[in-house]
Amino acid sequence: MKKLLITISLLPAIAAAQGLKSADILKPLANDWPTYSGDYSGKRYSKLTQINQSNVKNLTLAWTSRLTAGAGGRGGGRFGGGAAPVIAGGEGTADVGSGGFGGGTNIKGSILQVNGILYVSTPDNAWAIDAIDGRELWHYFWKTKGGTHIGNRGLGMWGNWLYMETPDDYLVCLDARTGKERWHKEIASFNEQYFSTMAPVVVGNHVLVGTGDDLDEPGLLQSFDPETGDRQWVWYAVPMKKGDPGLETWASLDAARHGGGQVWIPGSYDPETHLYITGTGNPTPAYTSQTRGEGDNLFTCSIVAINVDTGKMVWYYQTSPHDTHDWDSAQTPVLVDAEFNGKPRKLVLTASRNGYYFTLDRLTGERLASGAFSNAVNWAKGLNEKGQPVRNPAKDYDIAGALVSPSNGGTTNWPPPSFSPDTGLFYVPQHDSYAMYYLTETDPRGAMGLGGKEEQGVGSLGSYLTAIDYKTGKIAWRHKYSGTAGVGGGAGLLTTAGKLLFGGDPSGNLVAHDPANGKPLWHSHIGQVSNAPETYMLDGHQYILAAAGDMLYAFTLY
Amino acid sequence: MKRVVAIAMLSAITIAGSWAQPPAQTSPGAPGGRGRGGGGGGAYPDRPPADPAVVDRGKAIYGVNCAFCHGSDARGGEGGPNLIRSQLVLNDQKGEVIAPVVQNGRSDAGMPKLDLTAAQISDIATFLHSFRVNGRDAARNRPPSILVGDAKAGEQYFQAKCAGCHSVSGDLKGFGAKFTDPKTLQQTWLAPGGGGRFGGQAPPTNVPPATVTVTLASGQKLEGRLLRLDDFMLALTEADGAIHSFRRNGDTPKVEVHDPLEPHRQLLPAYTDKDIHNLTAYLATLK
Repeated sequence: MKKLLITISLLPAIAAAQGLKSADILKPLANDWPTYSGDYSGKRYSKLTQINQSNVKNLTLAWTSRLTAGAGGRGGGRFGGGAAPVIAGGEGTADVGSGGFGGGTNIKGSILQVNGILYVSTPDNAWAIDAIDGRELWHYFWKTKGGTHIGNRGLGMWGNWLYMETPDDYLVCLDARTGKERWHKEIASFNEQYFSTMAPVVVGNHVLVGTGDDLDEPGLLQSFDPETGDRQWVWYAVPMKKGDPGLETWASLDAARHGGGQVWIPGSYDPETHLYITGTGNPTPAYTSQTRGEGDNLFTCSIVAINVDTGKMVWYYQTSPHDTHDWDSAQTPVLVDAEFNGKPRKLVLTASRNGYYFTLDRLTGERLASGAFSNAVNWAKGLNEKGQPVRNPAKDYDIAGALVSPSNGGTTNWPPPSFSPDTGLFYVPQHDSYAMYYLTETDPRGAMGLGGKEEQGVGSLGSYLTAIDYKTGKIAWRHKYSGTAGVGGGAGLLTTAGKLLFGGDPSGNLVAHDPANGKPLWHSHIGQVSNAPETYMLDGHQYILAAAGDMLYAFTLY
Repeated sequence: MKRVVAIAMLSAITIAGSWAQPPAQTSPGAPGGRGRGGGGGGAYPDRPPADPAVVDRGKAIYGVNCAFCHGSDARGGEGGPNLIRSQLVLNDQKGEVIAPVVQNGRSDAGMPKLDLTAAQISDIATFLHSFRVNGRDAARNRPPSILVGDAKAGEQYFQAKCAGCHSVSGDLKGFGAKFTDPKTLQQTWLAPGGGGRFGGQAPPTNVPPATVTVTLASGQKLEGRLLRLDDFMLALTEADGAIHSFRRNGDTPKVEVHDPLEPHRQLLPAYTDKDIHNLTAYLATLK
């Protein structure tokens, strides 16, 4: 018996030694979860069917695991076995740990599952966890120089190497087998107040990395060599020199070079066209926009298609021209091959933080359908001939306050949407929030960054799980979450071929819905779900994995 | 044991009180985006304070040579860009990055060569680095009064939309006198109980709690103060303080929520900004 146990516990380690082949990520999502969205399409649709509508009522807890960020993490010894090794790195002196401005250990990103091991992250921290019983295998933490510690969206993997971005702007490469650091590279200037939260996305021999910034610095997407960490190319979201495309949409080159457009959520990848399709963030200064000029401020708040080999942009579509509310369009675009107007077509689907939904052509960026997916949204006058919302300047802000929906958090935000080919529906969390936007900076030169306004919430008409028909952009159904608290809810969605739609509700339930109509079929009150639920198959058992703050929960059938 | 129960109940009531009143707190999983929370303020260490004499010297040299184009506060002026957010300035320590630009000029951008020594440029750099660099600098928030509305029009709006529930000689008697800051007044009537969230100076408002009527399968009805409600459960406090909770399965049991704030929410899509400003101007006159 003892011998058998040892053999079993060694199995994951042996399997992990084989690492992750780049080609594995090209497969549709099934047993593993090797990249941010599970696969490159961003659909978060798993082919697994062991857990399905007929048996989901029997879904039960397999294990839980509590993670503790920082040097004080206690390792994985709680249930016997030795404590997991803790490995420290970093260029700074601060161990943010689970306190300070980190706001506690909070898992707000994707979790990789490769060969039976889960790779989990929070700002400055990475863990390897046994996917069968939740035991901690190693824990790496990074001593920080500072920076905005709002979240870490996950890790990237190539062979045996893991990649993590840190809030103080390093790309760290770890050995997935041991958690030991191989190298780290500076990816942006900490002095310029960049901070880095994105999950690196590995495509072939490219590690794609984005960053964030709340001062007025240019957004950028970079590609690094997975072996050496050398930079292969950089793409800027805004014009950086005379002659760059889009410069005519800015008041000046200086305005463009401080124009933002941060790339802070992972995009999706189309292997046929070698296009990495991602969203860009808001222009800056975010609110007092007069120094940006009257133009559209390209290529902020856009869906952009970047050739992954060259780093050159092939097409763009701007979902929020001249944004004035810090409503990023950085949400992960969803790539779908499906019928449109009777013909098979390659599509990109996205629901933007500004409350508008878009269906685009994946080869050209042509808009095929668009419209508001919330009835509350009140900041635009309508759509122009390109299907873009036309901003109403009266709803930017007002000294006496402008009542605007959505609030700054947006009708939706970073929590990943999902698409099920079975229903042909696009699923997205929707929040009908309202806020008063007060102008507080009356200097004609405006403010910097996110300054110049005070935003105060005044309530919400509710939170929804919303299903959108990609063919029309119209709402197929909405599930309104009960309770009058309104804004809130889980942090992303998962659909499966078992005809299930998983997500967190505003009251701390992990819920399985019927993707045809939103009806709840199963739930467990595990606390506010803080990432998008995931699924994987190990040793003949399908698992549903979700995080709630510092806790991981895995469910299965017995 | 009794004490434990009492405390638990008190905290439940407190939760219900804030729960029924928007805006909801941002929860750990809620979509805060990267733009809020997370402590942006103190996350970037400020530069250590410099010798005031050097800052003054730098300010004088800056004032003579740079202020016309870049503004006396370095936030931009006649043709020159904002230097506070300049990538060059942000990455400079003691003038070493700034100096080549100053001494060579930028003919393509219209910046002339300036005949300044390295020591003088170092002083200018010290002056520039003495500004706090923060993309959300609340210290600059000195807005004029938000009282811009027409109180008379506000009174008409009040009679038409609010008088069904409220009275200026009853529950709102002296309402305007409770506030020193009109913005807090405005936030308070828009979202009672939640309006002072940022300032924290809002006077307490008497917001009646949400109540609920539950009809069980047997036909039995229970009424009480709503504690919690989601798609799967409901909890209420009865008049005697006892807490009851129920599983929910679709429409069973039948649940009717009576939330006195619901009319406030339903007005959110209906207000114009002018309505809001006028009503605030009127309510401010209720001394």
